[in-house]
Amino acid sequence: MGPASQRAALVQAAAAKPPPGPEPHLQPPVVEVLSAEKSFANGTRALAPIDLTVRAGEFLTLIGPSGCGKSTLLKLIANLYEPTDGRINWWRGDFRKVGQDGRRLAFVFQDPTLMPWARVATNVRLPLDLERVPKPQATPRVAAALEQVGLGHAARSFPRQLSGGMRMRVSIARALVTEPNLLLMDEPFGALDEFTRNKLDDDLVALSWERKLTTIFVTHSIYEAVFLSTRIVVMAANPGRVFREVVIDEPMPRGDDFRTSSRFADLCRELSAALTDASIASQGKGAKTPCAR
Amino acid sequence: MRPLIRNEWFVRVAAPLLVGALVLAVWQLACQTYEVPAYLFPTPTDIAAKLASDLPGLLGALWSTLKVTFMAFAIAVIAGTALAFLFTQSRIIEFSLLPYAVILQVTPIAAVAPLIIILVKDTTAALTICAAVIAIFPIISNTTIGLKSVDPSLANYFRMNKAGRLQTLVRLRIPSALPFFLAGLRISSGLALIGAVVAEFVAGTGGRSAGLAYEILQSSFQLDIPRMFAALFLITATGVILFLAMAGLSNLLLGHWHESALKVEQ
Ligand SMILES: Nc1ncnc2c1ncn2[C@@H]1O[C@H](COP(=O)(O)OP(=O)(O)OP(=O)(O)O)[C@@H](O)[C@H]1O
Ligand SMILES: [Mg+2]
Repeated sequence: MGPASQRAALVQAAAAKPPPGPEPHLQPPVVEVLSAEKSFANGTRALAPIDLTVRAGEFLTLIGPSGCGKSTLLKLIANLYEPTDGRINWWRGDFRKVGQDGRRLAFVFQDPTLMPWARVATNVRLPLDLERVPKPQATPRVAAALEQVGLGHAARSFPRQLSGGMRMRVSIARALVTEPNLLLMDEPFGALDEFTRNKLDDDLVALSWERKLTTIFVTHSIYEAVFLSTRIVVMAANPGRVFREVVIDEPMPRGDDFRTSSRFADLCRELSAALTDASIASQGKGAKTPCAR
Repeated sequence: MRPLIRNEWFVRVAAPLLVGALVLAVWQLACQTYEVPAYLFPTPTDIAAKLASDLPGLLGALWSTLKVTFMAFAIAVIAGTALAFLFTQSRIIEFSLLPYAVILQVTPIAAVAPLIIILVKDTTAALTICAAVIAIFPIISNTTIGLKSVDPSLANYFRMNKAGRLQTLVRLRIPSALPFFLAGLRISSGLALIGAVVAEFVAGTGGRSAGLAYEILQSSFQLDIPRMFAALFLITATGVILFLAMAGLSNLLLGHWHESALKVEQ
């Protein structure tokens, strides 16, 4: 076999298996949580030492009983909190380089967190304004981001004029406009009805696939976790820790075929069992409320 | 056709005007039927006639009161806002200055006014200081609260995006503070007028000022009750116009987003 055909085969292979391919562990790490733990000033031990590596192209979901430290872990990864002990690497370095090209991070909070006094387009442009991107360059990017979440027509509206789902999409557009490489989302669709949530999940799967995003996602919904993720980390509380991992080895991008497959139902059942185990474990040592079990 | 009660214009404009007209009519009729003399309680027409005949003198007095009111209001807004910004810069500044702002607020102006009037030679300047002292507190306290009442999640967002101090101030803190500042403005404008009038009452006999309060005092000495009412009417009208102007400003700046200025959907 000549070098040319060898290359062609490689290209073909690459086309057939774009990241995250069947070997996601070969991808470079985007976030490395190295024995990071977090205690709050009031003495709450929110997270026991956590070790977790998230690789490029992964869609990682954190799930677990309320209070197990999912939000805390996400905020550690967003550098909104400092770990009490241990450390976190971003792209194998410290946080100072985050924000440069190829190392952009965006956070979508549980509520849309929009500026009520600013129009939708201005809200979406905010991260670019803060980075001092000139307006002529920013404007088309804002329009594209709004188009991407299906809100091109709402650019001149004020947030209060939009429905909850639309506001959430504005928030997502604001995250996308920076062209992030790492997207952190804390229960972004938690307040939405099932139908809207499914629709936004579909969009998110397509989007993270197209953009080759690395995503860390927090949810309480088993279905959502299975549908979106390449890997699910089940956490337990008291103190917050990684309890179990479930790999969802299904091809991307996914759609309703996957949602209605028996494989999907099996995975949901497996995850549900893991969650039950995790909540039993959470009531064990150091639990605030004693449990009969 | 929709019932009158549901008509926005009727509810907001015509209805209060109708009430006013009704009160005036009852007043006029009552004074006429019981033949109350004008030097005891004048009818609205007496007052209007007086207003028309004494207009030049009264307008001069109005102008002098307005000058004090506006200067005091401007000083209160500028100094109050500056102090509020100072307060929010550091806790130590805030805690060392706030007690004095409170002392300033709780001391009755009528009690300090004589002192200020003695200390400050120029009467207009003394009156302005008195009025500014009362008008400044709502600006300080409201703007300080406003600058602090930033949505913590939005503040987090700014921090995460490495926003600078100035960016955070201009894009987050000032817009968040705006509704509070405007509410302070509304209270302060009224207080500036009250302060100007009260200070003038105190200065009254001694000072050489000739504002509306002085007119009221003079008229009471001369038992010219209609003129007293006419001066009172001008003060009240000024207060109402100030209030409406502030409400209009607030509507202009907040109308499209803030709850306080939004029209309730029916
Ligand atoms: N700022 C804080 N100060 C003190 N304790 C905190 C703080 N934030 C969170 N905690 C505590 O840390 C623990 C983990 O909280 P966290 O918000 O991370 O949980 P979570 O898994 O996101 O829960 P939920 O699913 O309800 O959102 C909880 O016991 C909580 O009370
Ligand atoms: Mg949470």
